[in-house]
Amino acid sequence: MNVTAFHDVVLVGGGGAGLRAAIAIAETNPRLSIAVVSKVYPMRSHTVSAEGGSAGVVRPDDSLDEHAYDTISGGDWLCDQDAVEAFVKEAPEELLRLEHWGCPWSREPDGRIAVRAFGGMRKMRTWFAADKTGFHMLHTLFQTSLKYTRVVRYDEWFAASLLVDDGRVQGVVALELMSGKIEAITAKAVILCTGGCGRVFPFTTNANIKNGDGMALAYRAGAPLKDMEFVQYHPTGLPFTGILITEACRSEGGYLLNKDGYRYLQDYGLGKPEAKPVLRSMELGPRDRLSQAFVKEHEKGRTIETPYGPVVHLDLRHLGEQLINTKLPFVRELCLKYQNIDPVTELIPVRPVAHYMMGGVHTDIHGATPLLGLYAAGEAACVSINGANRLGSNSLPELLVFGARAGRAAAAYASSAAEPRSAVLAQAEDERRRMQRDLLHKIDGRERLAPLRDELHQSMEQSAGIYRSGNSLAQAAVKLRELQDRFRHVALQDHSRTFNTELMAALELSFMLDVGEAIVESALRREESRGAHQRTDFPARDDQRFLAHSLVYRNADGSCRVEYRPVTITRWPPGERVYGR
Amino acid sequence: MADRIILQVTRYRPEDEAQPTFREYEVPCPKEWVVLDGLNYVKDHLDGTLSHRWSCRMGICGSCGMTVNGEPKLTCATFLSDYAPGPVRVEPLANFPIIRDLVVEIGDFMQKLAHVKPWIIRQEEKPLSEGEYQQTPEELDAYKQYSMCINCMLCYAACPVYGLDPKFLGPAAIALAQRYNLDSRDQGEKERMELLSQHEGIWGCTFVGDCTKACPKNVDPAGAIQRYKLKAALAWLKDIFVPRGAK
Repeated sequence: MNVTAFHDVVLVGGGGAGLRAAIAIAETNPRLSIAVVSKVYPMRSHTVSAEGGSAGVVRPDDSLDEHAYDTISGGDWLCDQDAVEAFVKEAPEELLRLEHWGCPWSREPDGRIAVRAFGGMRKMRTWFAADKTGFHMLHTLFQTSLKYTRVVRYDEWFAASLLVDDGRVQGVVALELMSGKIEAITAKAVILCTGGCGRVFPFTTNANIKNGDGMALAYRAGAPLKDMEFVQYHPTGLPFTGILITEACRSEGGYLLNKDGYRYLQDYGLGKPEAKPVLRSMELGPRDRLSQAFVKEHEKGRTIETPYGPVVHLDLRHLGEQLINTKLPFVRELCLKYQNIDPVTELIPVRPVAHYMMGGVHTDIHGATPLLGLYAAGEAACVSINGANRLGSNSLPELLVFGARAGRAAAAYASSAAEPRSAVLAQAEDERRRMQRDLLHKIDGRERLAPLRDELHQSMEQSAGIYRSGNSLAQAAVKLRELQDRFRHVALQDHSRTFNTELMAALELSFMLDVGEAIVESALRREESRGAHQRTDFPARDDQRFLAHSLVYRNADGSCRVEYRPVTITRWPPGERVYGR
Repeated sequence: MADRIILQVTRYRPEDEAQPTFREYEVPCPKEWVVLDGLNYVKDHLDGTLSHRWSCRMGICGSCGMTVNGEPKLTCATFLSDYAPGPVRVEPLANFPIIRDLVVEIGDFMQKLAHVKPWIIRQEEKPLSEGEYQQTPEELDAYKQYSMCINCMLCYAACPVYGLDPKFLGPAAIALAQRYNLDSRDQGEKERMELLSQHEGIWGCTFVGDCTKACPKNVDPAGAIQRYKLKAALAWLKDIFVPRGAK
């Protein structure tokens, strides 16, 4: 077995969290060798699609405690409050650091950083770069990372498994797409920064690359996944494509209207309609409540039917062309190019769309997983600051704060950890043979990828959508076992070594099946409704039984085991979530 | 409108074929479908061996640039129905080596991006405790357009100079240098000027302007190159005519 290289720290994923971690490692210990292993060129990473903004307290009328409270109540008290306190404290520093690195933040006329309102936030604290905030953050991070010569990139390398020996993670086995080589990249520490898994759902804002890779890698290596039942539906996606129409539309004053032109959110405990946006009210309520209100509105027959499902309307017309062009130019571009609609004069059809995973690889406040040498940050991880429902504009600062934390922690660990052992090379060789035998060279299977993926999608949408029930989840659990079994009989059509995207898609589908099972099993066990997890058979929050994080482990036979651990409460005892008053 | 359309797609697997060839696939053509949807339909339903890059499907990740009926396009932003009744010819981006099918090798482009030092350069860093660098909306506007590049490389595929001389730094890299030069927080223009003033830097450009036409994000790399040429020429004149010591 070849070892392509030895590094001190390997990062899997080159998006916002991965690049921030890479820079943090380089600055913590310049002697460490850092590898960024990413299945796409870093600037293609999905951070690029984030639109609305990035929260961090900067204004004198705001406070860290208020950001913490908004985050914790927004998360329906499932957030670990020590993690939230660290997060809100470090978020402004991280955003400022990005300013010093050149991020083109939008400005006030006097040159200071501008902030905008965002859903569930009681103060204006969301920094933004028009409505391409993720794009600008990612490119700033990527361009800045080019300064650091200790950062070696493995662009278009797909990490297929973790190397674990002696209870320690010691690298990855990765497939180089261009050549088809499968090699070991060993390291003292690995940080998973692969983002979310929206692609387990059929209708999602997530890019094609969001397959839960890092979650599955950790899960298979024995690390638990935390709070996987909490899947965020963003209330405003374009029908058919699922393209995200940012919440910033509503912070700038957009209305959500039903088929009668009525601002229906007033019927769902979110306050009274005012002409101007009111913080933590109506269209600026949290995403879980807004997506749930859509379902109820549909049940009342007050949505609009389209060939791509029911929609409501997002109305920006009263904002005027100038505001739309300066604050929401990407939204206008997306509507014009993909929906053939001009939001200056027309209503935008929108519907809820799977968007973000609150859950992920279980880590502590430093990004460390229970598995020695393994770290995770960003959407792939669950620290947890997002609890049962993430507030809009908290994910971008999260990947900075916890990317940097994981980077520093991994650097400290790698500075004194033992070298990888030779036993992992035998493991890597086994993994290479497995990939060749079971996928690349196999010709006699009866299953194809696309139908299996379609069935996974249907099952996830029917069982783990905005509203769930024990029955539908139990059925999905059986179905996913069946799909896992059928996956063993997949045969590829493509047996080429060169840039074999079918092979990569098979590895991704296999990851998605594991992650899908983890979501369904966690959702089935949580017999309560909290945040984004709404059970029709258990409609109330149950703090007695479930003020706890779920941890899902993979058993040796591939099945799941769910355990619970307490939520850390520091200063904000569980209370009622109040919006609009 | 016809409900199906023919795609003529470049196929090339270096292990099996000496030269790229075309293969035809018939795909559905609903009005919402873009060229990329057609390729994904081929991959999922007709021929699993087709390789192409794509990710965000919303025109921001820059992965899915290809040549559609002879023009460089983001395939996620190019509607199939605009080419009805077809056929639609889909080829890899021009001016880059083909790895396979619709996938091109972009290592050269990645090196050129890094070559122009695309990061903030300052003599002295201000500590974080002193807050942000003030930058008015007007100062932001001075470079904003050039910060919009998504690295999709359509401009390189459109550039006749890059096609003839791969040493030419090319439109996106020069626009990126300009993005930092014009940023009020940056002091690295001189360093970058030295990199860019070489032959393969800005002088290679003959101002054809095809890069600006191809750009899906209105970055205007041709404008960036012209501004830079002017600046470099003035600096050169100053070097010649102004006595040393008076600069």
